[in-house]
Amino acid sequence: MTNTAKTPLVHITRRKNIAWYRAWIVRIIAVILALILCGIITTFVVHINPIEVYKTMISGNFGTARKVWFMGQDLATLLIISLALAPAFRMRFWNLGGDGQALMGCFGASAVMILCSGSMPNWLLLIVMFAAAIFCGMLWAFVPAFFKARWNTNETLFTLMMNYLATQLIAFFVVVWENPKGSSKIGIINQRTQLGWLPDIGGNKYILIIIVAVVLAVAMFIYMRYSKHGYEIAVVGESEPTARYVGIKVRKVIIRTMLLSGAICGLAGFMMVASTNHTLTTTLVGGRGFTGVMVAWLAKFNPFFMIITSFILVFLGRGASEISTMFGFNDSFGSILTGIILFFIIGCEFFLNYELHFRKSAKKEVA
Amino acid sequence: MENKTPILKLKDITKRFGDIIANEKVCLDVYEGEILALLGENGSGKTTLMNMISGIYFPDEGEIMVKGQPVSIAKPEDAFNLGIGMIHQHFKLVDVLTATENIILGLKEKGGLDLKKAAERIKEICDTYGFEIDPNQKIYNMSVSQKQTVEIVKVLYRGADILILDEPTAVLTPQEAEKLFNVLRNMKKDGKSVIIITHKLNEVMEISDRVTILRKGHYICDMETKSASVQALTDAMVGHAVELNIDRPEPVDPKPRIQVDHLTVRSQDGVLKLKDVSFTANSGEILGIAGIAGNGQKELLEAIAGLQPAESGDIYFIEEDGSREELLGMDPLKIAGMGVSLSFVPEDRLGMGLVGNMNLAENMMLRSFRKGRGVFTDRKAPYDLAEHVVEELEVNTPSVFTPVRKLSGGNVQKVLVGREIASAPTVLLTAYAVRGLDINSSYMIYDLINKQKKRGVAVVYVGEDLDVLLELCDRILVLCDGQVSGILDGKTAQKNEVGLMMTKVGGGEAE
Repeated sequence: MTNTAKTPLVHITRRKNIAWYRAWIVRIIAVILALILCGIITTFVVHINPIEVYKTMISGNFGTARKVWFMGQDLATLLIISLALAPAFRMRFWNLGGDGQALMGCFGASAVMILCSGSMPNWLLLIVMFAAAIFCGMLWAFVPAFFKARWNTNETLFTLMMNYLATQLIAFFVVVWENPKGSSKIGIINQRTQLGWLPDIGGNKYILIIIVAVVLAVAMFIYMRYSKHGYEIAVVGESEPTARYVGIKVRKVIIRTMLLSGAICGLAGFMMVASTNHTLTTTLVGGRGFTGVMVAWLAKFNPFFMIITSFILVFLGRGASEISTMFGFNDSFGSILTGIILFFIIGCEFFLNYELHFRKSAKKEVA
Repeated sequence: MENKTPILKLKDITKRFGDIIANEKVCLDVYEGEILALLGENGSGKTTLMNMISGIYFPDEGEIMVKGQPVSIAKPEDAFNLGIGMIHQHFKLVDVLTATENIILGLKEKGGLDLKKAAERIKEICDTYGFEIDPNQKIYNMSVSQKQTVEIVKVLYRGADILILDEPTAVLTPQEAEKLFNVLRNMKKDGKSVIIITHKLNEVMEISDRVTILRKGHYICDMETKSASVQALTDAMVGHAVELNIDRPEPVDPKPRIQVDHLTVRSQDGVLKLKDVSFTANSGEILGIAGIAGNGQKELLEAIAGLQPAESGDIYFIEEDGSREELLGMDPLKIAGMGVSLSFVPEDRLGMGLVGNMNLAENMMLRSFRKGRGVFTDRKAPYDLAEHVVEELEVNTPSVFTPVRKLSGGNVQKVLVGREIASAPTVLLTAYAVRGLDINSSYMIYDLINKQKKRGVAVVYVGEDLDVLLELCDRILVLCDGQVSGILDGKTAQKNEVGLMMTKVGGGEAE
């Protein structure tokens, strides 16, 4: 080739396929690079041995049995909300309202708990709490779904606004139901009587929610992969004209799927109130409705992969806060580190989908 | 001509996409003042090759020489600077701007923006070559042929000496194509070189001086058009001898099956798409629908299939015993529920007929997933059907678990047609069933359609290639501006007559 000098330095082409083991090698390299970059930053910016930092991250998650259980509970909560979002996103319905829907679940459950405790047997109370939580979650999902199906409103903005509504609503009721008076917050509900509390399994209050999350993951996998509904969701998500062409009622599918999404978010709220937290605050869900979006997308909506992706996100989040407390930083430094690691993990997807061709050197092509 | 240096010379050009070899060691010469036809089936690498000349792709190996000098074309700008301009199949124009604005868009000329001067120069170019456009007309007001003209003028305005046209006649009526050819001849007289990518043989014979044939990414041969025959070109293009006649068996016991009465359809933004359309489609017969793309064909088929609401009129399905049932206002599910087995091969294969990201088996499921009582889908039957279609129609795919978007156009179409025919329809609607298909696949589709006709199916065949329509269809309905311009007997209709009816309701003398 006579004109080598003028060949572009790099050009990019789409990969056809990549072997799974090569994909994992790329991902592992990405994590290693991220850790090296984080290490350099910690060494030079805050003058701390990065190995110590990474040790702290691990011990923050696995240091004590209590920490492991706590992480498990955190992971389970995030996973349930992510599983709720998965079918909506599979349908390409941008449900950014996971936070609001789960909060409304918390609201429904705690409202019943506060207002009805003592007026019915505990088992019935739990059922009513459950129903209220599911209903509230579904309601918050139904409104944007209905408007989308009917008038094709933008669901992204709509679900986002519903979050603020939920937060404000709870802020209002927290004052109404404050306990003790004048504290402007709801303490642990029914601390003494433990009415409306789900039983601890084996004396551990974190096991139940983990079981619920695992069962739900399996159920969601089967629903999305093998059921007629799951198939309809996939077709609507891929192409609405195709769905109409084969007689799928797109509006119905949108509303049905969002009801399911909201119901599972409501379930997450119920579990938080009845099983793990026993209280109601505006920050109870803590942004998991947004983190869940990332969990679902990173796993490409496969419920089993979502267990892995939610683990990564929970691990990084808990590790970051442990670093902050151990080394006396504010939260930001830990967030910077997790941000870098996530950037590399997500960024490496580019190298899985595309191939770089460098300008040919004298002998062979670098792939 | 033989002794001159070619104005453009490609030597041993190779381009790979992943494992796929799009071009392998392709050579091509273009001389000054000639029209070269680049002939090849779909997927033979014509467009890829031309994209490398116009700076969209960069060749992996090989050499490009312009006027004897080796050059490197890394971006479209480089191509412009060398006087190479390409007119793509899909126009790249800004709808809300005028012709002039589109033409000067992106040019880095010295001095301020002078639209008037630009318009004058455009006028000049138009007069030289015989184009007819109004420089101040907005693109969204233009017909497809006018838009194409703007694209060509754009390239000339930038001073191109070598023009590449990618299947320019695919969107034109025979009359418009003739006009385009006249313009190309004028350019040739002016010393410009034209490369025209095509797979239509009659065009090659009519317009080109020389032909270069590609097959499966390889250079096959190069011949003078004068000394070539249609049969020889086809054989070289396909790689083996091909029978070029389409069968037209006699209609089998034709009885009215679908009756459309005074159908009027408006699009969502109120544009009249169909106006008072009436006709009957018979069983055991192929009714061809001719017309320039976008003259109501899509709406007509979708209205019959229950996908397009109408403003007024009726569509009846006529049973064997003569009783009529209204189809209008029904959705596809209700139509199927009435026991009407209606199959529809839509124009937009991957956007409507199939789901690109799903595999073959999952796509077969689109029609059958509701079967059975339970909440779960039956995956075995669609899988078997997919296997059956792959074998029967010779679909070239790694497996039935390959996403259909990874298949070539012809194979995608076979999957779609295979699925639609599998349900043993009584009515078969097809829109551009062979668009973008190579000769072999096209003939296979004609064959499948004829088989359905012999089974007594009422076939509605929307097509764009008039030669095919005239050979295949028993009757031809011509649509123009959403109106029935006429219904002709397929055996006696003349191409010219159909062409005129396409541009003017009722035909008659155009121009």
